[in-house]
Amino acid sequence: MSDAVAYAYAVVRHDVEGLDEALADVVGVAGRPVHLVPQGPGSGLAAVVSTVPAQDFQESALRRHLEDLDWLETVARAHHTVIERLSAHTTVLPLRLATVYLDEDRVRGALREDSEMFTRALDRLTGHIEWGVKIYVEPRAETAGPVDPAADDGLGVGRAYLRARRAQRHSRDEAHRAAHQAAERVEEIGEAVAVGHARHRVQQGQLASEPGENVVNDAYLVARENAEAFRAEILRAAEGLSGVRVDVTGPWAPYSFATLPGTEPRAPDQAP
Amino acid sequence: MTDRPVDRLSSYPSRAASPYSQGGSSTNLADILERVLDKGIVIAGDIRINLLDIELLTVKLRLIVASVDKAKEMGIDWWEHDPSLSSRAHGDSELSLEIKRLRAEIEALKEERQLSSGKDEQVAEEKPAVRRRSAPRSSKSRRSAEARDE
Repeated sequence: MSDAVAYAYAVVRHDVEGLDEALADVVGVAGRPVHLVPQGPGSGLAAVVSTVPAQDFQESALRRHLEDLDWLETVARAHHTVIERLSAHTTVLPLRLATVYLDEDRVRGALREDSEMFTRALDRLTGHIEWGVKIYVEPRAETAGPVDPAADDGLGVGRAYLRARRAQRHSRDEAHRAAHQAAERVEEIGEAVAVGHARHRVQQGQLASEPGENVVNDAYLVARENAEAFRAEILRAAEGLSGVRVDVTGPWAPYSFATLPGTEPRAPDQAP
Repeated sequence: MTDRPVDRLSSYPSRAASPYSQGGSSTNLADILERVLDKGIVIAGDIRINLLDIELLTVKLRLIVASVDKAKEMGIDWWEHDPSLSSRAHGDSELSLEIKRLRAEIEALKEERQLSSGKDEQVAEEKPAVRRRSAPRSSKSRRSAEARDE
């Protein structure tokens, strides 16, 4: 029995120069150092692992922790930091958060079991990065606020109100149409330049930190040599359109493309 | 042609060394969570947690996660009380309370119905056992009560 377990972040190629050094000063999940666990002789794969306290990562604790947003945020950011650091040096296959093994032998076993899939995915993703593309609808500020019935030019208060409401709705409709246009432009650019396209659910809720209504939340897999051009073009997609904002995030490790569509070992995405 | 972007990109770790990657503290948490929880490769670990639980959590997170800080500031802690998310922690007692409450509501509604159907049919006393199972679903609370009571 051991009081430590192995938290696996990602699968990478083992033969990458400088990877060990690159990980030397990275702080991973639970504040632990991060190291490589090679699959073994004859294999080019390695898992990226931290040794973490079992008491926090065994089933019941993990389940409880995952419901604690502080804990979740800390672990998610640490996980992401490790992935980021790796991405700077090599192609990374990120594993789902909280992939935990009893020990490193079990990690090696997991590598062996799926080595073919890992190798194929690494080959497919080499030289590519992921951009996040979000489109927001932002109806113009001057008409988005509460209706001001004082803007009365000879009409009664009621009619002025209705007219202002109509203008508001009009502005919203217009913004949505513009967003649609922007989305089409983005998809066109995507088709021309990107090699992969994934949809995320839109980010919503009154607490969404970004202003506006998120209507598109997608990810594109792009070859490194086209990455800057893609980003620049996407950022121009909202040019000349009012009430629409296009945000690009990244470059990300190819999180959204690590699994080929259709090969996911879980229920299909139920995005609305 | 191609070297400039590559240079910039391959240098993103050094950008990462700045705020970009201090645990990604400047990166939108929602963006990170939708990737680390929803995407990435799923392989079976030794420690098995029901992915469905996490996905459910994620769905809920989506409604709020864009600003966890703000949520905390506002004292929003739905995850503490949502039985679907924390069934083990708090769910049982809360759920049974809820069931009790709903049962009571059902009884109240039944009585009400018998009274009013009695009025309508003017034979209330003679037909005490008019227990049509599919009573008209008159209210939202009844609907949820029936659903819960199964």
